[in-house]
Parts: sequence; structure tokens; C-alpha cells
Amino acid sequence: MASRSLADCTAWELRDLYARGEASPSEAVRAVLDRIDAVDPALHAYLYVDREAALLDAARWDGRAGRDDAPPLAGIPVALKDNICTRGWPTTAGSRMLEGFRPPYDATVTVRLREAGAVLLGKTNCDEFAMGSSTENSGFGPTHNPWDLARVPGGSSGGSAAAVAAGAATLALGSDTGGSIRQPGAHCGVVALKTTYGRVSRYGLIAFASSLDQIGPFARDVRDAALLLGVIAGHDPADSTSAPRPVPAYAGGLTGEVRGLRIGLVREFFGEGIAPGVADAVRAAAGVLAGLGATCDEVSLPHAAYAMPAYYIIAPAEASSNLARYAGVQYGHRTEHAEDLYTLYARTRREGFGAEVKRRIMLGTFALSSGYYDAYYLRAQRVRTLIRREFAAALERFDLLLGPVAPTTAFRIGEKAEDPLQMYLSDVYTIPVNLAGVPGISVPCGFAGGLPVGLQLIGRAFDEAAVFNAAFAYEQATPHHTARPPLAASPPSSWDSPRAGGSRA
Amino acid sequence: MGLAPRRGKPRVTHETVIGLEVHVQLETASKMFCGCAVEFGAAPNSRTCPVCLGLPGSLPVLNRRAVELGLRTAVVLECRIHPQSEFHRKNYYYPDLPKNYQISQYQYAGHPPLATAGRLDLDAGEASRTIGIRRVHLEEDTGKLLHAEGRSLVDYNRSGTPLMEVVTEPDMRSPEEARLFLAQLRAVLQYAGVTTGRMEEGTLRCDANLSLRAPGGPHGTRTEVKNMNSLRSVERALRFEEARQREQLARGEPVVQETRHWDEQRGVTFSSREKEEAQDYRYFPEPDLVPLVVDDAWVAQVRTGLPELPEAKRRRYAEVFALPEHEARLLTATRPMAEFFEAAVREFNQPKIVANWLVGDVAAYLNGAGQEIEEAHLTPTALAGLLQLLDRGTLSGRLAKEVLEEMLSTGRTAGEIVKDRGLVQISDEAALAEMVDGVIAEHPGPVGDVRAGKDKAVAFLVGQVMKRSRGRANPEVVNRLLRARLGAR
Repeated sequence: MASRSLADCTAWELRDLYARGEASPSEAVRAVLDRIDAVDPALHAYLYVDREAALLDAARWDGRAGRDDAPPLAGIPVALKDNICTRGWPTTAGSRMLEGFRPPYDATVTVRLREAGAVLLGKTNCDEFAMGSSTENSGFGPTHNPWDLARVPGGSSGGSAAAVAAGAATLALGSDTGGSIRQPGAHCGVVALKTTYGRVSRYGLIAFASSLDQIGPFARDVRDAALLLGVIAGHDPADSTSAPRPVPAYAGGLTGEVRGLRIGLVREFFGEGIAPGVADAVRAAAGVLAGLGATCDEVSLPHAAYAMPAYYIIAPAEASSNLARYAGVQYGHRTEHAEDLYTLYARTRREGFGAEVKRRIMLGTFALSSGYYDAYYLRAQRVRTLIRREFAAALERFDLLLGPVAPTTAFRIGEKAEDPLQMYLSDVYTIPVNLAGVPGISVPCGFAGGLPVGLQLIGRAFDEAAVFNAAFAYEQATPHHTARPPLAASPPSSWDSPRAGGSRA
Repeated sequence: MGLAPRRGKPRVTHETVIGLEVHVQLETASKMFCGCAVEFGAAPNSRTCPVCLGLPGSLPVLNRRAVELGLRTAVVLECRIHPQSEFHRKNYYYPDLPKNYQISQYQYAGHPPLATAGRLDLDAGEASRTIGIRRVHLEEDTGKLLHAEGRSLVDYNRSGTPLMEVVTEPDMRSPEEARLFLAQLRAVLQYAGVTTGRMEEGTLRCDANLSLRAPGGPHGTRTEVKNMNSLRSVERALRFEEARQREQLARGEPVVQETRHWDEQRGVTFSSREKEEAQDYRYFPEPDLVPLVVDDAWVAQVRTGLPELPEAKRRRYAEVFALPEHEARLLTATRPMAEFFEAAVREFNQPKIVANWLVGDVAAYLNGAGQEIEEAHLTPTALAGLLQLLDRGTLSGRLAKEVLEEMLSTGRTAGEIVKDRGLVQISDEAALAEMVDGVIAEHPGPVGDVRAGKDKAVAFLVGQVMKRSRGRANPEVVNRLLRARLGAR
């Protein structure tokens, strides 16, 4: 086994090493911080890293992280997308509008991570207010794909995906409104889950589209993603839309058994616009699952075609209201050229928001306007209802639905920046899942043209366990998730793992 | 008033049509969507949190108690309570609105607010009428802007305070009726523990829509009147507005649909020059909240938990305290008055006497001063103290009235006033005997009458002694002394 840095270990591997006293949280966190130092000048996955705080936190767990009574993420380095509030740390949501804003409170997921012993590293880059599919809309410059620095990592959670792929974080959280976890997960070759709407508290997640936003995990394998979801999932009295349902033992429930599982291949997800290499990899993945004993049949979701237009009414409508508070009164950017109340608002917003955010605010404002509400917002909500029913019906016939995450692999930086519609289309297979409110995972399923391809598995509402288990079965049978980008392999390693790769079983 | 309708000239008598929108601050411990205390007078922005400050990432959680108070209102107003209602965002920009949208309950097809279609029966004796309640909904209050030294500052302590809006049908036909309705609505809401209902403090605010129409004709153009800070100003403002519209129509000029502000000092309404083109609030369902579900069990629980309402209290007063109907009615007209009465009776256990003084001298003083009992410089303990002095004979009835007047205007206690002014009744027989002897010597005529058996003359002589003592003599003692001396029985 080649020498391997602690930065490349999974959370479960670190837990084992801590338990055996073969590594300490301080060593692991230092290794990840060193990796950040080595790769992030090229990646720009992070907007903020608090080296000192992370090392202090890690030291608190030295000697304790391996004990039986240690919390599940004791001493595990975790990164947070920058739209998740962290008390005292900058939280910008990738927007110049919130430059310098440090929330006085932690998001619920932040609290849960801290309570679970996670060592928070810093904040990852994203498209401004999570609006985008490439992380190019960040007000602080794009993130690069660790597999090819000339390409985007996907978005909007591109920083989290790139960081996990490059060993610059063991685990990370992102948020998914129309594909913002799964699509960058696919483009960066990591495991990435969009949970059922209501599974994870949104309290402290800077809202883009409230009825769609969900926080979810990034990890380098399924077990790690399950571990992380187990920590952040569950009812939160501070979020009225979070579901008061029990949280199953996700990681403990992974059997890798898929015999008899009924899987539906979504016909509409293999149509026009999909890159042949992507389609091939995804079909091959279906074949692997069939080989493990699952049955695979085609299923049609005819209304999925209307998901994109409906989404681009509903999400901007909610965003136009959610982003109204950024107006230069209480926090964030304020224009220096205010002459009266109107110019305070208008100039603050003109200066603070980027082009895509403005585009969506205008779209949403229009869609909600009196006289247009019925034709746009109301109709879009009806489409959403149809899509939800269609998914529910399909998920009665099938245990899981299967398709690609995105029609192509990671595109080149700048390639779609001037063409919003082309950019929007990269979420064509993920958006319907958000509208349906059900969970969807992206699992690495090979490469096309040297770039990672993501397999999407979609489950019933609140049945993340089934999604994880099928993904785990696939992962056990294939080597794709073990491939690491060249960027992660080149940095110097100071530590040799005695049992690298040996933790899966 | 110059704009009062001219009489004598034959013309169509227009009917006045009034509807009210009443904003009520709910009496909850915490705010509508967060745990911050509802508390006035605290240091600016000290009763705030990420939610009521609208910080990025914060989310609202509905205050169950506020819903309960809304349900109480719906029950006492006999509304239809909707098993499921939604909250909406009302989008507009203003610095006192931290999210730049207000969470409210908007009503449109298929999306009812908390409650609709209720009623309140006006208690106006023979002319009793029913006023329809169009809807009852819940919403959050804004913060407050403070302008000082060329700067504007915002205090968000009030931001997120629970409000309830009660909208009536346009069923009132006169300013008097509007006042009566509002007084009665306020009373039941106070009784139900929904609100303190203090218009002066803004815990109850009222906007009114007024229009005129020819009998049987369609509704005329209405104006909305705002900024009325007391029951009396509601009536005055609407009376002015009614007359103004009448004049306008009499001159053949149309009434302009607009918002008008009441100027209490000048006694006029004036146009606020606000653009009447409806602002587009871009309402849509609040995605951060789940629909509000109210089941029958909850409503039943609210119904059984209702405090005693005015009507029940009135019946109880009449039965238990043996008070005449009109006194029971006056004492139960507002919750603070009833509470005052009950507290005073606890300290001076002669309900009829307490009632007499409250509906008599105290009410007369309050009317003259334009005050409510809760604003008066009088506590139940102070009134009870006065009545004890009267009961013990320390004060005569006449002196007691004087003392009460001073108590009400200064807030001092009866004991203090009596002591300062040397008002104590003279019951000392030696002191009185001297005065009695003096009066007998000065009035031989009436003295002769008494001796001749004309008992009526005793009263005259008692009056003379009272006069001599400047009201301080104990009339009973004087009476006894006079009769003893003159051999009358």
C-alpha cells in the first residue's frame, strides 16, 4: 500500500486510528490544514479557514476521540458551505453583499456538528446565495475542479465538493435547492446527498428558496456520508418545516444487500442532451446493481420535463422575498452613495448583488406580481404537485429510481458563464427531485474523458436509509470512489497509513 | 362645526356606511415567531434575537399562545374557525421591517385566514343590532423608527410582536354605532384576556372606512380614516368625515377614495396624499411555516377555558351583589372597571355602596376628564379607604364627595387629604353642644315650632348647625342633641 496522508482517510478510518491510538485528531487536522495550504491556492475551495481554532478544537479531542463514549465525529475535520451560519466566523453565502458579516449565532447543523465533536475547519466557496451550477457566481472568484483545474467543480456547493475530493476536508456540508449538492458531487467524484425536504433543519442556512433548500453531506464514501447525516438529521423546534420523525441508524444499517430491490431507470433522464460517456457510465452502474440481484426496469416521468420551468418560477419567487432583507439597513453591504431611503436600497443592492442573483430577483418579483401570480407562481405550484405525485407513484412501483446526476461531466470555467439557460440545463436531472421533495444521492460511477461521472439514486421520502444502502452496495462492488484526483496525490505526505483502505467491510 | 350638515334644504338623505379594521396587540409573554419578550420601555434593541431581527438564516416558529388568543376571539365573535389556514408574506421595503416582508394571513380564494364570518351583537337596548365580522387573522408587528439629530434609528424591540386584525363588515350606520361597537369589542377582548386594549398606548388601533349611499343604492366611494387614538376620537373623526362627505356630495363633488388622517387637535381629517393605486405586496404563502391546523379538540379546549365574559359577569353582579341592572351593566362595561369593582369590594365588603360610588361620582368625574378607570388616579384600595372613613362616620357624605374629587385629581389617599385639610367630622358632643346652643339662641321661631310639635323644623335647625360647622358636624349627633334640648322625640 502506498503511503497515504491522514488527509485522505475517511472519517471511519480516522475513528479507527483514534481508537487504536495510531493517530490523533491534532495530527489529522494538521494534515488536512497542510493539504489546504498545499492545494487551495489552486482550488480556491475555501473562503475562510480558521487554522488556530481548528487546531485548538482538535487538541481538545486528543486522547479522548478514540474512547467508546466519544461522540460520533470526535476529532473529525469538517468544512461548511459558506451559506451555513457559524457564530463569529464570516458567513457570506458567496456574496459581496455579506462581506464581513459574522453571524451572532450558529446554524442548527453547526451546533450539532460541534456537539458531535467535529473539528470545524472553515467555510467553503459557493455560488452567490447558492444560485448557480459552477461556483463561478461566487462574489469572491470561482473554485476549480481538482480533477482538472481548468474546469468548474459544479455548484453551487463547489467549494465543499472540491475540498472533500482533494482531501482538504474529511467531510463537508453543502446545500441543495436544485442540485447544488449532487451536481458538484458528481463533477468532483465524491458522495453527495440531497435529503428529503424536512429531514435536516434549515435554521441558520441562508435562504435561497425556502421550500426547496436542504442541507446535506459530502463525503468520500457512502459510510462517511451516512455517519454525517446521522449527526445533522432530525427534528429542530427552530425550523417549523423540519419533520418530527425519528432518525434511523444510517451507517449501522448499511448491509450492501440489494437482492430483490426494484430499481426504475428514469427514461426521461437518458434523452436528448446527455453526453454519451455519461449515459454509458450510468447504464453500466445499473448493470452492476442488477448483477447484485436488483431488478432494473424503465420508468417514465413525463412531467419531469416541466420541472425546470416550474423551478425557475418557484425558486426565484421565494428568493426575491428571501433576499429583500439585504438592503443596507442592518447588516452587510451599504452603499456610500445613499441620498434617501430609495437610493439606499437601490444602490446597496445594485452594488452588492451579482448578475445571476439580480436576474433571479427580477424573475421572481415578476412571477409574484399582481396579475401574473396565477399564470406563473400558481401554475408552477400545480406543476410541482403533479411532479410530486408522479414521483410518489413511481416510487410505489419501484424502491429506487436511477439516472445520471448531470447530463455532462464538469465543463470548462467560462464555458457557460454567458449563457444562463445552458447553465440551468446542467441541473435538469436534479431539479425534479427537489420539487418532489425526495432524497437523491450522487455516487461516483466511473469516468468519461478522464472526468468523474455521478450516478443518481432517488428514494422515497424520508427513506435515506434505502438510498444509502443501494449506494453502499454499488460502492462495495466498484472501485470508482477510491480514485482520487491527481491534485490530492501529489502533495507531500508525512504519514504512512498502516491500514489504508482497510476500513470498508 | 362649519361642516355640519345644513338642515331644512330638501335633499336625498344619504345613509352612512362604516366598517372597521381593528388591530389588537395580543397579550402574550413572547413574540409571534420567536421567544423574545414582549415588553415595552426596554433599552432599544435589547428584546431581539436573530429571528425578530431578520438575520440571514433565521426562521419563524409560530407562537401557540397567540393562536389561542386568536381562537378565543373567534369563539367570542362566533366566527367560523378554519381547520387549516396559512401564513403569507406581504412584501414591501421599509427600515422598520427587518426582513422587508411582513408575515401575515392574506385571504384569497380557497385560502382562508384563522377565522371568518363572525358577529357581535351591539348592546344598545331597543335598537340592538348585529355587526358582521368579516375575518380575524394573525400577523407580526414592525419595529419602530426614531428620528433624532438628522439621523434615523431603528428599535426592533416591537418587531415580531403578535398582532391580530379584526375586520368588520360595513355594517355600522353612524359614528356613534362605530364607537359603541369598538367599545364593546374592546370589552369582550379584554374580558377574554386577548389584549389590554389600550388605544392610547396603541395596544388597540382602529382604522375606519366610511362612505355614504342613497337609501337602497350601491355603496359610495369610501375614505379610510386613520390615527384615531381613543374611542371618543373614533366617534369625532367619523362624525367629521361623515359631514365632510355630505358637504362634498351636496356640492355635487365626488368623494375621492383616499386615506385621511385624523387631527385630534384641530378636529379635522386631512388627506395623507398617499397614492391610492394599490401597492403590489406580492403576497405568497410563507414557505418557512407549515399550515396552521386547528382541530375541534383545540377549539373546544379554548371554549371551556374562556374567562367570564361581560354578559355572565353582569348576571352574576345582579344576582350575587343584588345590584340593579343598569349598575351591573356600567360596572361590567370594561374589564378594568369590573376588576376595579371586585377589588374594592374585597377591601370594603358592601357591594352596593361601592357600586353606587363607582357608577355615580367616580364615573361622573371620569366622563368629565375623558378618562378610563385604569388611567384614573384612583386605586381600589384608595376608594375602599374613603368608604371606610364614611362608614365609620369620620367623614360625612358631603365631605366624602369632596375628598373623592381631590383623590381623583391628585392621586392622594383619603386619609392624607382628611388630615391635611382638617376635614374630620365633628362628633364630639361637647363641641357640638356649643354650636347647637348657639343655633337655638339665634332661631327662636323654628325653635318654637319644634316645641309646638312641628317636627319638620328640626331639619332646618340641623342644617343651621351643619352650616356653622362648615359641613363637619356629625348630623346624627346634632339631631340627637337638638331633640334632647327641645324636648322633641
